[in-house]
Amino acid sequence: MIDFSLWPLLGIAVVMLGFILKFNPVLVVTVAAFATGMAVKMPIISWLESLGTAFLKTRNLPLILLLPLAVIGLLERHGLREKAQSWIQNIKAATSGRLLLVYLALRESTAAAGLTSLGGHPQMVRPLLSPMAEAAFEQKHQSLPDKIKYKIRAMSAATDNIGLFFGEDIFVAFGAIILMHTFLRESGIETDPLHIALWGIPTAIAAFLIHGTRLIRFDAYLARQLKDELKQAPSQEPRHD
Amino acid sequence: MISMTLLYYVAAILFFAVSFFSFQDKRYSSALFWFSYGLIFLLGDFMPPALVGALVVLMALVAGFGGVIGGNYQTLELQQRLESVKRLGNRLFIPALMIPLLTVFSALVLLHIQGDGWSLLDPKNATLSALGLAAFFAVLAALYLTKEKPQQALKESSRLIEAIGWAFLLPQLLATLGLLFNQAGVGETVSKLTTLYLNLNHPLLAVACYAIGMALFTVIMGNAFAAFPVITAGIGIPLLVLQHGGDPAIMAAIGMFCGYCGTLLTPMAANFNIVPAALLELPDKNAVIKAQAPTALVLLGVNIILMYLLMF
Repeated sequence: MIDFSLWPLLGIAVVMLGFILKFNPVLVVTVAAFATGMAVKMPIISWLESLGTAFLKTRNLPLILLLPLAVIGLLERHGLREKAQSWIQNIKAATSGRLLLVYLALRESTAAAGLTSLGGHPQMVRPLLSPMAEAAFEQKHQSLPDKIKYKIRAMSAATDNIGLFFGEDIFVAFGAIILMHTFLRESGIETDPLHIALWGIPTAIAAFLIHGTRLIRFDAYLARQLKDELKQAPSQEPRHD
Repeated sequence: MISMTLLYYVAAILFFAVSFFSFQDKRYSSALFWFSYGLIFLLGDFMPPALVGALVVLMALVAGFGGVIGGNYQTLELQQRLESVKRLGNRLFIPALMIPLLTVFSALVLLHIQGDGWSLLDPKNATLSALGLAAFFAVLAALYLTKEKPQQALKESSRLIEAIGWAFLLPQLLATLGLLFNQAGVGETVSKLTTLYLNLNHPLLAVACYAIGMALFTVIMGNAFAAFPVITAGIGIPLLVLQHGGDPAIMAAIGMFCGYCGTLLTPMAANFNIVPAALLELPDKNAVIKAQAPTALVLLGVNIILMYLLMF
């Protein structure tokens, strides 16, 4: 039946096995890259060459994370997180879920307007969004065990991702639309980029409704988690740090 | 002009600073890791590619065997931080908000400052060079506001880089793996396999197969952009467009979103999932993926229904 080689898929198998067995991801990826090279009988020097060339080509990737760190670090040293927390505590109606819901709406709509850099994990989530969401919970419940804190942080990062992903794709100038248009044209199918962007809207709305519903229910979920947590360790004082 | 090369040099300086602080701290393997990373950013264009590849392997081995150890940086006590907050008040937000606002302003307005063969920002990398400019002015503002010395800015960025640790390398390494997969013909093999084994006569089945295939292949590759051409050429065009006569624009729009659902589910999309977990100092590296999974799975189901209803 199969008259072609399945060897190129060896790298995929290595990646899946590595992640299932929970090896260090950096190691897994390196071994997978090595296995892929060997599977297609690449000499070791040309394997190193393609590794190096590809790595140089992707040097722009860490920049978006790297460039804001000095500012955020300086401000954190001088109490940015504490300021963000005391600011949210003045808003009596604020809860973690509601705050994240507002952020989701802002993130998705600004991304759809092409303003994808009004957000992000180093600039927004770590210094502002997650401290505020944590403070909103602490204000209501007078305690914030680590388990709850981590859940709030993870949900803050998730909300940034979801807002960005499902917003940016309905902005015509975004790379994904260009990519789809070019690819379809190369396959002999003519489409209108505006058309592709418009048909992204139903999914963008669905994404907002689904994740928004989860965020509305997030407060009740956290309250239940806190109850379980306190039941398990009634004598332990909640940690503040 | 704010070129990519200039930004690479800035990155090199930041990585060398981390290396210096690690060395001072007698964490030699960490120092080696960050020094190699800085070297690739500083001299990458002048080195033979095989040497860069060898440095990457060296870094991966140091990181993979636990050689990148986080540092202990002295921070101000809570009491001092609160005094600082009292002194600075809402002005603390200014430099933080300068980064996104100036980035957007630069990308929209300053991008048009250009003459003959000269421009302030690199038009091919508008967002990144705008971010670089914004970060520069925000650092100046933060230094002015906090009355800190520039060395402190290097120390603080090193503190956060070390908090992220080896995860810093992962997005680039995964992108590298993706390019290598392409060279080895992984995509072609997958699309040959799907056309060989899938014979889907009902449009709903074909739609489900396209959507789930897109999500799964994105989980493997970590990047919806890499999965889209493969699965669209392998399943989308032959089955959905040619056999069942579906609208290609709708297929593409929703198909890409199915890929994004996959992105939310995979450690391979390191810069969205693993790096934030490290940046937020979460003990479970997969915590962000776990928070996203319910949204991603429900949305994938909704996408299948939407595609089926809208396309035909």
